[in-house]
Amino acid sequence: MDQERLTAHFLELVRRASTVLPPDVEAAIRRGAENEEDGSAAASTLGLLLENCRQAKEGSTPICQDTGALYFFVEYGPDFRQSEIRRAADDATAEATAKYYLRPNAVDPVTGKNSGTNLGLGAPNYSLVERDEKGMRVRLLLKGGGSENVSVQYKLPDAGLGAGRDIEGVRKCVVDAVYKAQGKGCAPGVIGVGIGGNRDTSYACAKHALLRDLGDTNADRELADLESRLFAELNDLGIGPMGLGGKTTVLGVKAAKYHRLPACFFVSIAYVCWAYRKAFMTIEEGEVTYDWD
Amino acid sequence: MIGIKLPASEEEIRKLKAGDEVSITGVMVTARDAGHKYLVETDGEDVRDLLNGSMIYHCGPVVRKDESGRYAFVAAGPTTSIREEPYEAPVIEKYGVRGVIGKGGMGPKTLEACREFGCVYLSALGGLATTLARSVVRVLDVKKLDEFGVPEAFWVIEVKDFPAVVTMDSQRKSLHEEIETLSRKNYEKLLG
Repeated sequence: MDQERLTAHFLELVRRASTVLPPDVEAAIRRGAENEEDGSAAASTLGLLLENCRQAKEGSTPICQDTGALYFFVEYGPDFRQSEIRRAADDATAEATAKYYLRPNAVDPVTGKNSGTNLGLGAPNYSLVERDEKGMRVRLLLKGGGSENVSVQYKLPDAGLGAGRDIEGVRKCVVDAVYKAQGKGCAPGVIGVGIGGNRDTSYACAKHALLRDLGDTNADRELADLESRLFAELNDLGIGPMGLGGKTTVLGVKAAKYHRLPACFFVSIAYVCWAYRKAFMTIEEGEVTYDWD
Repeated sequence: MIGIKLPASEEEIRKLKAGDEVSITGVMVTARDAGHKYLVETDGEDVRDLLNGSMIYHCGPVVRKDESGRYAFVAAGPTTSIREEPYEAPVIEKYGVRGVIGKGGMGPKTLEACREFGCVYLSALGGLATTLARSVVRVLDVKKLDEFGVPEAFWVIEVKDFPAVVTMDSQRKSLHEEIETLSRKNYEKLLG
C-alpha cells in the first residue's frame, strides 16, 4: 500500500480513538445510569458524560483533554513491512497532534521538555506481530495519565491484604486497587487485570485484556467467574462516578493470565478511566474498514 | 445553582458549603504540576496579580492556535488534583486564591488551608473536556508556554457559566473524605 494512504488510514484511526466513544463503552455507561437512583447526582453525572461524548463526536474534538499515551497493537501480513507501518503511525500521530485530535503528551523526564508531537523515546508504544495472512489488523488504545497513576502492581503473598497465591488473593488485590483509586482515575473505570508474568509483562498482560469488548465473556471459566464476581463487588464499594458516591464504580473487569516464574506471583491492575478510548481497523486488499463509526 | 463571579470575596466563598452546585463566570488561571512548583519556589511574578481573589483550574488543555495567532480551548476537563497536595496550601496562602478546581479531591493540608484562608475546592467532571471547553469563552493570555509546554503552561481564561460542585468547603467538610470512609466499610467486608 502507498505510504501516504497508509498514513491517512492511521490518522483516521487516531482521530476516531480520541473523539468517538466506542459503542460497548457507551452501552456500559447507559446501563450504569439506569442502575443509579432517579435524579441522583451519579445518574446526572453519567448523563453529562454521554452528552460530552455526543458533542465530541459531532465536532471531532477530544472526548478528554488528556488524550493519553498511544498503544498501537498491530498484526501484519507479508504484504507489509514493519518499518513502513511505524513510519505511517508515527507520521499520523504527529499530524493528529497538529490537528488537535491529540494533546502534545510526550515529556522528556530529565529536561522537562515536551516534544510537541507525541513522538519521543518509547512514544508511541508499539506491539508489532507478524502473521501469515495478508493485510493488517490495528487496535489502538489511548490511555490517560490520571488512570495510569492509579494503576498498580502487587506481589503475592501480600500480608497486609491477607492475600495468598491463588485466585482469591488476586481478587483482594483488585478490590484494594479500586478502593485506593477512589475517584482519582475518573471512575467508573474499566479494570484490566494481569495475573502472573514478570514485572513488565504482567502490566502488558493487563493492558492486552483491555482490548476485549466490554460485553464479552472470558473463555477461561475461572477468569470469567472472577470477572463477574469482581464486577458486582466493586460496584458495591459505593465510590461511584468521579468518586462522589453511587453504584457505578466500574464499567467492566477484564482479566488475563501469563505463566509465571515459580518464585514470582505478580498481579497488575491497569485502570482505565470511563473515557475508555480505543479504535480498531482492518486493512485487506487495499481497503480499510473501521470497527465502528 | 449558585452563581460565582470572579474575582470573589472571602466572605462570599466562606458561605459556600460542600455539595453546592455552582456556575462560575470571570477570569481564572490553569495550573498543574510545573505551575505549582513554580508558584511555591518563586514569587510567581507572571501570574501573581491574576490569582488574587481568583481560582486555579487544574487542567492541561488541548489548545488550537488560529492563523492570526489567537488561542482557543478545544478540550479542557480537569486533571487529578491530589498531585498538587504538597503545594496547594502554600499557594492558597501566598496568592490569595479563593477556589481550586479539579477532580478527585485533595487532602488534609488543602482542607485546612481552605478553612484558614477562606477558599474552596470544586470538582469539575473528569473527562468532560469538550463540554467544559465550551464554557471557556476566551483565552486572554498564556504564561510559561515555551518553558512548560501546552499542558503545563498557565492559561489565563475567561469562563462563562463554568459548572462545578463544591466538594471541600471552608468549614472542613470534604465529600471526598466522606465517600472514602463510607467505601472503607465495604472494602473491609470484601477483604474478609
